[in-house]
Amino acid sequence: MTAAAIDEAARRELPRRAGFALSQRQAWGLLFVAPYMAIFLGFVVFPVGYAFWLARDPQLYVQLANDPIFLRTVVNTLVFLVVAINVKMVIALFLSGFFTHKRWWVKVLAVLFVLPWAVPSIPTIISVRFMLNPEWGVINTLIFSLTGDDGPNWLNDPILALSLSMVVHIWKSLPFWTLILLAGRLAIPGEIYEAASVDGAGAWHRFRYITWPSISTLYVTCTLLSMIFTVGDFNSVYLLTGGGPADLTHVLATLGIRYLRLDQLGMAMASIVCALPLILPLVYFMMKRLSR
Amino acid sequence: MTRSKLMRGVSTEAGLLLVGIPVLLWTLIPIYHMFLFAISPKDAAFSGQLWPAHPTLRNFEIVFGQKHHFLYHFWRQMWNSLAISCATAVLTLMIASAAAFAISRLRMKGGRLVMNLALFTYFIPAAFLAVPMYKTMGMYGLLNNDWALILAMVTVASPYAIWILRQASDKLPVELDEAALIDGASPFQLFRLVYIPLMVPSLIAVGTYALLLAWNEYLYAFLLLSRETAITLPVALGNFLSADDSPWELLMTAGFIYALPPAAIYYAFRRYMSSGLTAGAVKG
Repeated sequence: MTAAAIDEAARRELPRRAGFALSQRQAWGLLFVAPYMAIFLGFVVFPVGYAFWLARDPQLYVQLANDPIFLRTVVNTLVFLVVAINVKMVIALFLSGFFTHKRWWVKVLAVLFVLPWAVPSIPTIISVRFMLNPEWGVINTLIFSLTGDDGPNWLNDPILALSLSMVVHIWKSLPFWTLILLAGRLAIPGEIYEAASVDGAGAWHRFRYITWPSISTLYVTCTLLSMIFTVGDFNSVYLLTGGGPADLTHVLATLGIRYLRLDQLGMAMASIVCALPLILPLVYFMMKRLSR
Repeated sequence: MTRSKLMRGVSTEAGLLLVGIPVLLWTLIPIYHMFLFAISPKDAAFSGQLWPAHPTLRNFEIVFGQKHHFLYHFWRQMWNSLAISCATAVLTLMIASAAAFAISRLRMKGGRLVMNLALFTYFIPAAFLAVPMYKTMGMYGLLNNDWALILAMVTVASPYAIWILRQASDKLPVELDEAALIDGASPFQLFRLVYIPLMVPSLIAVGTYALLLAWNEYLYAFLLLSRETAITLPVALGNFLSADDSPWELLMTAGFIYALPPAAIYYAFRRYMSSGLTAGAVKG
């Protein structure tokens, strides 16, 4: 019998030993979860149910399919998810290795590195937006002073603008995932590395045969979690490009809000319902992993 | 032998610097750019210099004195942000700690279901829930009311809070409850006198998380609040963007001021944050 199982058994016996009626315990339990359940019913179940009710008309989906902006948005969202997240996670994996080095300046850098994640997105994203201003932004000023040519009109080109949204997204959320992967790396006992070094294993072999097998599960979990979160990333796109130029850089997170602002509530809900086949499998998979 | 070792040491350091310097620049440039705007006189911020020729605190004076028509309600909006994030943190802590207590310590029937419902909510992208949430708040008559944003943020924050608190409270020894109950404590006394004091480190982490989440929130704030005196600071900053004659240097100054408290709070509670919050994620 493991320690956990003993613990478990003790827990079950608790009510009897303490002379504490189970039904009473259950009543207290219900009382304690009641506030959360009230929030859940009022602000999750009701809105979601209402959303499905609004999105029930099949005609809406025909309309959506005929809206070129919607199709573009779906493609943008998929590109955003596949490119931005994989680039981010690979960089995070690499940098988490960098931050394991014990130097005073690496420690200082690790503290500063968290800033993008710790500060709110609106001022920093607007700051990036100003840097990219074609006329007086610092980037084009620099390009002009170095080459004498005008720089590109960054946010006026849909591909460039969407790529820059991904850069902003990576800038903002890279620290978080790097720290998580760093924690995963630090949990690996140092003796294993020492033993491998004695045996003459190089950096690549140490990564390939020690680090990666230990953190690959964590890496996959993080990638999936990041996907779920990124589907809902409204700020990186909306604050940088506003969905423009010509509504060509929307993602599903900003498109719903666009329809809402145009007073096309049904379309807003329908576009979100269309995203469910993308999200629900991920959510199901994550729930199985996390609820143990 | 020693020479090759030395050479290898030097190349390791060089390699580390080769990574470290770009990381430092990448991290700080957007923030430094914002700071540069804040300390530059009007129109001088665009020159592309590393340090302004005439640094000034004039922008801060204008923002703090509310001396521009974009900023007439600066302090009011700052207060809204503060009140809403504090209320969110307090409510989230109460609701989530009670729920975690019921699930983890009282082992109530259906606790697992509640946990799964909460986790499921955690995985609904916030931008998707925002649209129906906006309509629902309208039905409840809460639009333009602080409570709309507070309740929305509690809804978003509490699932993760419950999950983190449940994991932390599963680690508390069961004998504690036993002893308290034998001594005749009611579950409420157990909660207040035994459970809460033991959970303080995790509660700090979760409270900070909820506080920062609400302070930083833009989307829900801009949907649910629109009156000049009701909006929070991020919404006011967003409104700058939609105008043509925006004073950029003041926008960046106000943004800089707005970004300082969360950074300070994060660093103050970093110890709790990293142990409390990453523990949950690493477990998977």
